[in-house]
Amino acid sequence: MAIQVSDSGASNTSAPKRVDRREALQKLLEGRMSLDTASTNHDALNPFSTIRDRAASEVRSLSLPSTRDEEWRFFDFSPLLEQEFQTVANQDLGVTKTDLESFDLPEARGCTLVFVNGHYASHLSTADELPDGLVVTNLADPNFLAAKPTALSGYFDKQEGLESTFTTLNTASFADAAVIWVSQNVVTAVPIHLLFVTAPSAATPGQKGLAVSPRCLVVAEHNSVITLVEDHVAIGDGTYFTNSVTEVWAEENAQVKHVRLQRDRPDAIHIGKTAVSQAKASHYTCHAISLGAKLSRHNLEVFQGGEETDTTLNGLTVIAEQQLADTHSLIAYNKPYGSSSQVHKCIVDDKAHAIFNGKVNVPQAAQMTNASQLNRNLLLSARGRVDTKPQLEIVADNVKCTHGATVSQLEADEVFYLQSRGIDATQAQDLLVYAFAAEILQQIPVESLRRTLSRRVETLTQSKSNP
Amino acid sequence: MIRDNSDVLLSVSGLTAEVEETPILKGMNLEVKAGEIHAIMGPNGSGKSTFSKVLAGHSDYSVTGGRVEFQGQDLLELEAEERARSGVFLAFQYPLEIPGVSNLDFLRVAYNARRQQQGLEELDAFDFDELVREKLDVVKMDPSFLTRSVNEGFSGGEKKRNEILQMALLEPTLAILDETDSGLDIDALKIVANGVNQLANEDNAIILITHYQRLLDYIVPDYVHVMEKGRIIRTGDKDLAHELEARGYDWVLQDAAETVEV
Repeated sequence: MAIQVSDSGASNTSAPKRVDRREALQKLLEGRMSLDTASTNHDALNPFSTIRDRAASEVRSLSLPSTRDEEWRFFDFSPLLEQEFQTVANQDLGVTKTDLESFDLPEARGCTLVFVNGHYASHLSTADELPDGLVVTNLADPNFLAAKPTALSGYFDKQEGLESTFTTLNTASFADAAVIWVSQNVVTAVPIHLLFVTAPSAATPGQKGLAVSPRCLVVAEHNSVITLVEDHVAIGDGTYFTNSVTEVWAEENAQVKHVRLQRDRPDAIHIGKTAVSQAKASHYTCHAISLGAKLSRHNLEVFQGGEETDTTLNGLTVIAEQQLADTHSLIAYNKPYGSSSQVHKCIVDDKAHAIFNGKVNVPQAAQMTNASQLNRNLLLSARGRVDTKPQLEIVADNVKCTHGATVSQLEADEVFYLQSRGIDATQAQDLLVYAFAAEILQQIPVESLRRTLSRRVETLTQSKSNP
Repeated sequence: MIRDNSDVLLSVSGLTAEVEETPILKGMNLEVKAGEIHAIMGPNGSGKSTFSKVLAGHSDYSVTGGRVEFQGQDLLELEAEERARSGVFLAFQYPLEIPGVSNLDFLRVAYNARRQQQGLEELDAFDFDELVREKLDVVKMDPSFLTRSVNEGFSGGEKKRNEILQMALLEPTLAILDETDSGLDIDALKIVANGVNQLANEDNAIILITHYQRLLDYIVPDYVHVMEKGRIIRTGDKDLAHELEARGYDWVLQDAAETVEV
């Protein structure tokens, strides 16, 4: 098995287009707000100015990656190069709860944090009926840092693999962050809804697109159980660039269920990082659903740091027209008796382009690993494109690792089976496409969301399956 | 049951069909009347399964000649789903798995499509649930099968029973059972056969496609046909099946060859 090492960002400094890519990244950095204007409560943000400044100086030595970089081979950077982006100050955009009604999760009522353009919107959030031992707030909340002094020294921006270009750009630009902190032995039944709203039309000055840097920190102390929904949405039209980072810490025997939902507007560019550190015997499950944005990328990186650690990654991408959706995942084993199960599915219509790269890293120390990975792609048009690459890097010799990747159209036999039961061809195709997605959707742990997404996916794929 | 005055349900004459430009059916003739059970046997590759798929309207098979009338209507003009709604049912040799669609929803959609065709009111989820639970008994199926995805993770026997459950719900006029006995152990075979016998009546007809005489011990056919090279070369009663079981196909093929020479 070949072992690939790639590093992003720094490796392409000798590329001919170096100047452009460097400039493009520096422009994105310049587009960030200074802390003074980023928040009305700048005293509270002072603790982060060091973190932001350090990241900014790192960014100054970096360039945007290019398609010459193996990690970004199929990505299309042109929308990022063609337009300038600007973050905006915390301002009253007149967003009301009514505007956000369609994103409401009844299960998470009383446990919803809303961020608008990267800023915490307290008037839209309700986090007042929390059980003891559960903190759901924004990072700029002074009470939080007083109560959890280790948040910055031990957790925030401390994940492995956070050094990549876009993550560093986020750290240099973030205005505030969502924080979920669940204390040891606390089992929470209610899901926590983190709603990141982008409102481009009202906010963006001139020709520039809006830049937003959502950020989350999730700490699940040992023996705790938590479910969170990280939800990226937008209201109004306009181009915007979301560059999000979520850090999850699952400590010993903790269980974290994480739904990551990207339902951006069609004009959006979305680059997201999910970095997860798992301690011994912890369980982490991610349901990553990508439906929106013209250009999107999800970097999902899980580091197993203890024995008997379990990771489940479910992914669903549904794209059409000219959308490009790229998922790069990594499961890095480090100790014996770890397990992981990954299923990533893509439904690709029109000229859309889906990319999947699934790394599984099993070093010598990780004996008795049990890892499975499956990427299934359904192509609904002759012009759609799928690039898939399972990438298993295995050194340990006593492990069980499986992987598979399929790209297919709807099977004529499947359609016929339904037709032979009186279901017409169009309905049969819709049903089969829906069923393909439902396998992932049905595992989403929040019922109302499961239903909303099922309907959404049904609408997105219905009768588009006709040739 | 053979009755002289019963209606002709299916009439196939001179049917030829091909798949990917390879001719498979080369002049099929068959008449099936209400109340009858026909068995079609024959060696591998003789065209039995193709015949069943052509009747059901699979788009991979193209009909190149001949006629098929079902209750006086030109069957070949209809789309597969229209045939199903008109009362033609094919029990698959390999029922497909449809992950993500619950068996109950699937059965209800199929059932209501047939009801609509018959000019009957569709059943809502509640009424349908009651009906389907009644029908479960026909194939001794556990209600838990209803909430599972269609055929997903079902054993071979469970899939076949699910096919017969669909038949019980759709109450077809003509049921074609394509090797429904293959891969079944004797207990499952009895359950399936018993289900089919409960559903057979004087107004409908059944075509059994099978390799083995064993099934015909439980579902007794009125006619046994032997297919070879895309045609029926011999027709007899249930004793023909026993003879085939004892002597194999060679003698029938030889007989047929001699007949042609004469």
